[in-house]
Amino acid sequence: MTKETQEFWRWSEKNWRAPGLDWRDASVVAAGIDVGSVSSQAVILVDGELFAYHSTRTGSNSPDSAKRTLAGAMEGTGMTLDDVNHIVGTGYGRVNVPFANRAITEIACHARGANFMIGPTVRTILDMGGQDCKVIRCDEKGKVQNFIMNDKCAAGTGRGMEVIADTLGVSVEDIGRRSFEIDEEPAPVSNVCTVFAKSEATALLKVGWSINRVLAAYCAAMAERVAGLIDRLGMEPDFFITGGIAKNAGVVVRIERLVGRRAVPLPEDTNFDPQIAGALGAALFADALYRKEQRVAAAR
Amino acid sequence: MIANYGYRDGSGEYYVTIDTALCVECVGRWCVEACPERLFEIEMDDYDDEVVAIAPTARKLLKERCAGCKPTGGHVGLPCISACRPGAISHSW
Repeated sequence: MTKETQEFWRWSEKNWRAPGLDWRDASVVAAGIDVGSVSSQAVILVDGELFAYHSTRTGSNSPDSAKRTLAGAMEGTGMTLDDVNHIVGTGYGRVNVPFANRAITEIACHARGANFMIGPTVRTILDMGGQDCKVIRCDEKGKVQNFIMNDKCAAGTGRGMEVIADTLGVSVEDIGRRSFEIDEEPAPVSNVCTVFAKSEATALLKVGWSINRVLAAYCAAMAERVAGLIDRLGMEPDFFITGGIAKNAGVVVRIERLVGRRAVPLPEDTNFDPQIAGALGAALFADALYRKEQRVAAAR
Repeated sequence: MIANYGYRDGSGEYYVTIDTALCVECVGRWCVEACPERLFEIEMDDYDDEVVAIAPTARKLLKERCAGCKPTGGHVGLPCISACRPGAISHSW
């Protein structure tokens, strides 16, 4: 692939399966599917334990994206749709998950997923998605107490970062690291608008800025934008970041500097990915809803 | 749950905040009828509580849709806030 045709925005799709866990032994198989604006994830739980997940790019058709990501999570397991007891859809395409038993907002799902990943100490979640950004406050059970979101424009979101990657010819997965390879922290770019970011970045290059310096200024502007949302809602520790941007240290570290608190890292002995928090929360809802249905049926 | 519907843009912050815990106990849901723009609707939230929310189609247009009820529109108090007896609604601007 030549430099001209390389897709710098392309992030790694991911597939994971729990070694040694057999879904055939389980009494409840539950799945959560998060159809986001940029990426789609599917998470499968067997008896409440993480069994498999898959993360892929959302296509132009939400039902197809939902099918593709669930098929990815099931691949090689011998599991079919009929083997899943309950499915919850979430994300902006949640109402378009054709086989979902219920749709639940990504706000509730991210809170529940973060609670499962980190534990009951998590109280503030920053979800940096593909085209929006949310701050969620939750209780010790992961139930939402307070939320705020900004989805009016894609500035300061994953899609904005993809555009910058393509504009500057830097792989989106290298942006965080390279944004620290600078002599001095620059002022944030004045405009994080995804449309104008391109012209602002090229204008800075023209006046002699290095690519890394532009990346630093853009990451700083993104961090500033989301820190404003956190300020509005207030921060209660522990603080955890979900969504694809959680993997970009260039933005995460700058957010931490602005809010004066470190984000809780994922435990090293787990196979969680911050990008699956929404689908994981949806799968946890699916598991709980199915068990509730069973209890109600048994009581009749 | 405290739900903040709205956005921040270059001109300011436009959020309507609803304390949905108060909606659960509210028998009248007077805000739904009081809003001349019909921005409020009753929905079942993720925890199966019946609450009031801002209609999804209006969430990115609050600055414009609420403008008629702001002081320049001749109102002394906002109709939604005045109608909400539990005191669950507030505006950020």
